[in-house]
Amino acid sequence: MDFGLTEEQELVVRTVRDFVERELYPLEAQVERTGELPRELGREIQDKVLALGFYAPNIPAEFGGGGLDAVTFALLERELGRTSMALNHWWFRPSNILCAANAEQRDRYLLPCVRGERIDALAMTEPDAGSDVRGMKCFARRDGDDWIVNGTKHFISHADVADFVIVFIATGEEGSGKQSRKRITCFLVDRGTPGFEIRKGYNSVSHKGYHNCILSFDDCRLPSSQILGEEGLGFEVANTWLYATRITVATMCVGRARRAFDIALNYAAQRKQFGQQIGKFQGVSFKLADMITSIDAADLLTLSAAWRLDKGLPANREIAQAKLFASEMLARVTDEAIQIHGGMGLMDDLPLERFWRDARVERIWDGTSEIQRHIISRDLLRPLGA
Amino acid sequence: MKILVPVKRVVDYNVKVRVKSDGTGVETNGVKMSMNPFDEIAVEEAVRLKEKGIATEIVAVSLGIPACAETIRTALAMGADRGILVETDVELQPLAVAKLLAAIAAKEQPGLMILGKQAIDDDMSATGQMLAAFLGWPQGTFASQLTFADGGITVKREVDGGMETVALSLPAVITTDLRLNEPRYASLPNIMKARKKPIETLKPADLGVDPTPRLKVLKVVEPAKRKAGVKVADVAELVMKLRTEAKVI
Repeated sequence: MDFGLTEEQELVVRTVRDFVERELYPLEAQVERTGELPRELGREIQDKVLALGFYAPNIPAEFGGGGLDAVTFALLERELGRTSMALNHWWFRPSNILCAANAEQRDRYLLPCVRGERIDALAMTEPDAGSDVRGMKCFARRDGDDWIVNGTKHFISHADVADFVIVFIATGEEGSGKQSRKRITCFLVDRGTPGFEIRKGYNSVSHKGYHNCILSFDDCRLPSSQILGEEGLGFEVANTWLYATRITVATMCVGRARRAFDIALNYAAQRKQFGQQIGKFQGVSFKLADMITSIDAADLLTLSAAWRLDKGLPANREIAQAKLFASEMLARVTDEAIQIHGGMGLMDDLPLERFWRDARVERIWDGTSEIQRHIISRDLLRPLGA
Repeated sequence: MKILVPVKRVVDYNVKVRVKSDGTGVETNGVKMSMNPFDEIAVEEAVRLKEKGIATEIVAVSLGIPACAETIRTALAMGADRGILVETDVELQPLAVAKLLAAIAAKEQPGLMILGKQAIDDDMSATGQMLAAFLGWPQGTFASQLTFADGGITVKREVDGGMETVALSLPAVITTDLRLNEPRYASLPNIMKARKKPIETLKPADLGVDPTPRLKVLKVVEPAKRKAGVKVADVAELVMKLRTEAKVI
């Protein structure tokens, strides 16, 4: 067993960390103040990452991506997680699901995304279908070789800058009565398709400048050639290509927690009250001990889940554990980092109040903590017949 | 033209340096180590010269413990072609480093050697100058701009009074100042390629150099803590104190 990073991994971590600190940290205050990252600035970030050869690092090398293994990719995203989503999402990691594209779709969707020419977004959630995704109401009716889509999606991250959206839509039902299940199909929908509209979403407390959008379909006509994978097999495509993406949430939580921790640690070592550094008071020092212990635990849990992916081992439960633990850890660590700072921790002169706000969504998106617990316990109980 | 770039493993510039409790030096155990920032500038300059077609090969050299191979690997990931590690656990001082580098230069016959003007650990700023003396080559230290023409090189130097321009014939020794360039990030393709680039390992004896220290460190202490200043009531008191206490006027 070897817990050390390879020389390549060390260099990847260093490059990404340096880039994030030098190129992205200076933009944070502006994004937070305005709630926007101007498109031109996003493009500049994209161009710099393209020049680094680090764009689309998750996509296999045969499609022109970085072809990183799961552990190295988790390390890269861990460092990206140090800054806000509004900034780090411009270091694009096109959705892995695009690798399911056929040859013709590959040229129109996957390859331009890898080259930084097009931007993708992914749409599953609806106002009445959150954790219960199969309950979706967005529906496509067959019309010859075309599909007519009606319905609404919401909470669709960064669809405002996307050129196309990967959308999951019901295309019928199978079975009857209690056994009936919706057939879900994955479609590629271009911005500008008649009957398809991308609208501004809600103002969120977390990740200002990283916008969620509402998609509406009003008799939107899509040819069958826009189906990714096969009709009725949308969730199968998603499970094949997307089940590892929860590692992104886990590892970004670890990166951001370390940044919050470093700020708290330095403050504890400098701030004096009652004639000594507050870090010398057990009330503060024990907090630091608990914080770093849970950060390291989340880091190892996450990297070991990624390692299982690289080894081809089952990892669904381990990924859920990492996502659950790391997102709840980030909530505690950012909360305690503020507590160590006292009132100053709540002021926007420091980034801590932002980390604390941003942390809230991590327990909700990409599967709530409750859904992760469900996945974990189901994995344990199912073999026992329960 | 072949360029040799020595790179030193030093305590990372972000780390708050601590003096060892026995006063023999600074703590490096468990401390993050990186390439000396001035050496990064040297590697960057060499890579740019290769991109311009002036250089054909870049050799990164590091001297010291086996972990210095990591520093060479960083240079390879920035674009150097191969590495040489002179392995020794002897504490290396500028004179020994200059001798070792001169021996490597005799073996490799580079057209140019680019060094950092100093290392951020002991700030000696001596190796480049000593190396030029050993080799009998011209030197352009504290360089902030290099221009190649007619088989020679013009170096803009940062000196106390401003900028000085010197013309050197080749081969030559250059040491880099802060404003020569801004080093690039290691790119993903170069990081992956770096693994395949060779690093040759030598011992000081292979180069016929005795690296034994000639200088003895008596004691290393933290800088004295700054004391709080005093407030003066008026200009008259200030002038009086400047005259009688500070003795500057």
